[in-house]
Amino acid sequence: MTKLIVNGIERTLDVEEDMPLLWALRDELKIHGPKYGCGIAFCGACTVHIDGEAVRSCQMPVGDVDGEITTIEGLGSPEAPHAVQAAWIEHQVAQCGYCQAGQIMQAASFLRQNSDPDDAAIDDAMSANLCRCGTYPRIRAAVKTAAKKLGGS
Amino acid sequence: MGKARTIARRTFLVGSVAVTGGVAFSVWRVNTPFANPLLGDLKDGEAAITPFIKIDGSGVTLITPRADKGQGAYSIQTYLLAEELDVDPLKVKTSVGKPAKAYTNFALGEEIMPGRGHILGKLMPMQMTGGSSTVPDMYVRLRRAGAAARETLKEAAAKLHNLSADKLKTENGHVILPSGEKIAYGALAETAAKINPVKNVKLRDPSEWKFLGRDIQRTDIVAKSTGTQDYGIDMEMEGLVYATVRANPGIGGGVKSFDASDATKMRGVHKIMPVAHGVAVIADNSWRAFKAAEAINIEWEPGPYPPTSAQMWKILEKNLVPGSKAIKNRKDGNVDAALKSGDVIEAQYRVPYLAHAPLEPMNATVLITDERVDIWTGTQIPDFVQKHAVKMTGHKAKDVFVHVLPMGGSFGRRLEDTYVLQTLEIANSMRGTPVKMTWTREEDFSHDYVRPMALSRGRGTVKDGKVEAFDLDIVCQSIAKSQFVRLMGSAPPIPDTSITQGGDDQPYSIPNYRVTGYKAPEMAPVSSWRSVGASHNGFHHECFLDELIDAAGADPLKERIRLLQNDPLSVKVLEEVGRMSGWTGHKLGNGRGRGVAFTLSFGVRTAEIIEVVNTEAGIIIEKVWGAAEVGKVLDPINFEAQFSGGIVFALGHAMNCELTYEDYYPKQTNYYAYEGLKLYQTPDIQVKGLENGDQIKGMGEPGVPPAAPALANAIFAATGHRIRQLPLYKAIDFV
Repeated sequence: MTKLIVNGIERTLDVEEDMPLLWALRDELKIHGPKYGCGIAFCGACTVHIDGEAVRSCQMPVGDVDGEITTIEGLGSPEAPHAVQAAWIEHQVAQCGYCQAGQIMQAASFLRQNSDPDDAAIDDAMSANLCRCGTYPRIRAAVKTAAKKLGGS
Repeated sequence: MGKARTIARRTFLVGSVAVTGGVAFSVWRVNTPFANPLLGDLKDGEAAITPFIKIDGSGVTLITPRADKGQGAYSIQTYLLAEELDVDPLKVKTSVGKPAKAYTNFALGEEIMPGRGHILGKLMPMQMTGGSSTVPDMYVRLRRAGAAARETLKEAAAKLHNLSADKLKTENGHVILPSGEKIAYGALAETAAKINPVKNVKLRDPSEWKFLGRDIQRTDIVAKSTGTQDYGIDMEMEGLVYATVRANPGIGGGVKSFDASDATKMRGVHKIMPVAHGVAVIADNSWRAFKAAEAINIEWEPGPYPPTSAQMWKILEKNLVPGSKAIKNRKDGNVDAALKSGDVIEAQYRVPYLAHAPLEPMNATVLITDERVDIWTGTQIPDFVQKHAVKMTGHKAKDVFVHVLPMGGSFGRRLEDTYVLQTLEIANSMRGTPVKMTWTREEDFSHDYVRPMALSRGRGTVKDGKVEAFDLDIVCQSIAKSQFVRLMGSAPPIPDTSITQGGDDQPYSIPNYRVTGYKAPEMAPVSSWRSVGASHNGFHHECFLDELIDAAGADPLKERIRLLQNDPLSVKVLEEVGRMSGWTGHKLGNGRGRGVAFTLSFGVRTAEIIEVVNTEAGIIIEKVWGAAEVGKVLDPINFEAQFSGGIVFALGHAMNCELTYEDYYPKQTNYYAYEGLKLYQTPDIQVKGLENGDQIKGMGEPGVPPAAPALANAIFAATGHRIRQLPLYKAIDFV
């Protein structure tokens, strides 16, 4: 039996140690915010936080998880969005939206480490998350807005 | 009998949505061409006012026949409806229409068969989303539906309160009586259902609009920013099993043999079974299904087309010969004479096969019982899905329900339904058990019906600093042949305009102007990719035109404007993009250059200017300016998103992406080998919509075609190096 703390709740699962966290979350715990895009940690759609740090859950074996997991569902809610989510709403970033949970989790983790990023730092931090619709210009703008909000709080 | 009478009474209220072109869509009660699909499902107290709106105690539901692949189709339809119905758009629920003829896409028919779209629509009703057609198709229909509903609800309130309807107002989901009393629409639904619908409604003048043309919030933006938007891949239900399929990557080839002895023993595996062209694994978790599928040893039969890219290029080269296979001509002036009288400039261009690769891989969830078939999936073609299900399971069409779910991208990918057919096959073998089938990313890449590769040859002359003759031959497979045979069993008996789309239909007035398409034999199966034929013909046409303009010593922007002098809307688009960029010329010195391209596609005249700088580390794309004539910008924020997103999509593929075939399938089977654009490479993009024309147009696709040629032309202006083959990275480095 594996114990995971997901979005503040302890969950017990009977899965293989090498099952990627993504599939434990999606198919076992029915937490669907993290998305399957590539399965090889290249696209970033599956990004979650482990103790606040962005991790590609499709390449993170359940047995190696050492910390509390936060998914997009645990970051904020439609009623009380996290500052990054609020910035994503303000800039209307999403088109199909499938990559955006991963983008938002990546940005939230990045802004925790760097609350006053310049353009180059944003480009570096966000370039390993793929968006097929081409929302990058708005992702850039939303990260800047979120940084201001978080820095000011 | 009893049931029929009840339905007839309850649904007396039906909107009449007269539509241009003389086809009545929803006047179904008396002289209906198509039955209203909602009637059978209505509960007591609900009224279906048109095929598009349902009103009950819980509020207003927009039954939208157009799928949302991410382009914002649900949102704009909600606003079109709300503008006349006087409801809060963010409170309108959205539900997808089930396949029905009343939802036929007449605008798409118009795109396939110009001037006769309504005929094609009636002959071959396609509830289909594509061709940037949602806005043109729905612009009038949904506002009329909203207005008809509003006026009928007023009649209902007038009847209940013995008032004249013209004394009543509507606001925010309520009819307002002269006394100030407010009655919720839902409370009027039952009365409204018993009276005749109001016809001859007058649409509001745009000056009265509250939403359209203003900055509005996409109705799905909160859900998509908080992880609460469910896509097809997120379907869950009691008893669901998780499946995947490995099919022959030589698409259409069969299975010689397979050995699943190891896979069968793996944890969580319920069942392994053959399906068409492949093998399916059914398990209790998608990852376990993926792992087991990988452990099956499969020997494939050869695919039904040449196995390598090298062979395919040879076939294209062989077919680029003037002759009887020419399928379409643009012929102005006397090209042959002009070519004989001047120094001929000649160049060849090549574009590769491309994958759609939306980020949500193909998936479907199917539950089949002896009574009915339920299909939950992201699809642009529910009509075809239903027909194919009927054929496979033997159920009647009325018992097959296609629930169209939001899609994690498409770009044309979900105009095909192989993944649904596979899921149907699995679910039919285990009736009563719901099955969710998901492709791995690798399966998705290797089983895409791809954007065709294409080869072109331009020949032309210049005279007195002007372009004198332009002759372009394009050879390409037929998308219509490949795609319609898969979907319908045969291709419609009309020429495949996609071979020359974006090439032979441009509004240039070149004195001697000829564009000829040659249909290549079928090779890898192909389909529609965002902007279809224009996605490659824009590149061929605008790169070659740029070479001629350069040879003439002319300015690439000014010469294009001169050549478009007979099409004032195009001139305005180019003038505007020139203004936006502060155009002073294309060769700016110090390794800096600008490229221009113009393409008319899907009725939208679109021009783009790209500025690049050549550095020691490679080319940096710094700025992009775009202008497009769309008649009216209904949703400025989403217009900007679609236009700039189309540019990013096009640049990424032009720079970095190709599919190269070996052993019948592409070597590129995941994103590391097919990167597209990344955020750090994304330039500053400024776009503008022009409203000089009288036709409303959609912007999902037209931003794509000019981007690749504008980039190649900019690289030439910066470096003097003409790159005539995509992807560009093979010839030049990008930062």
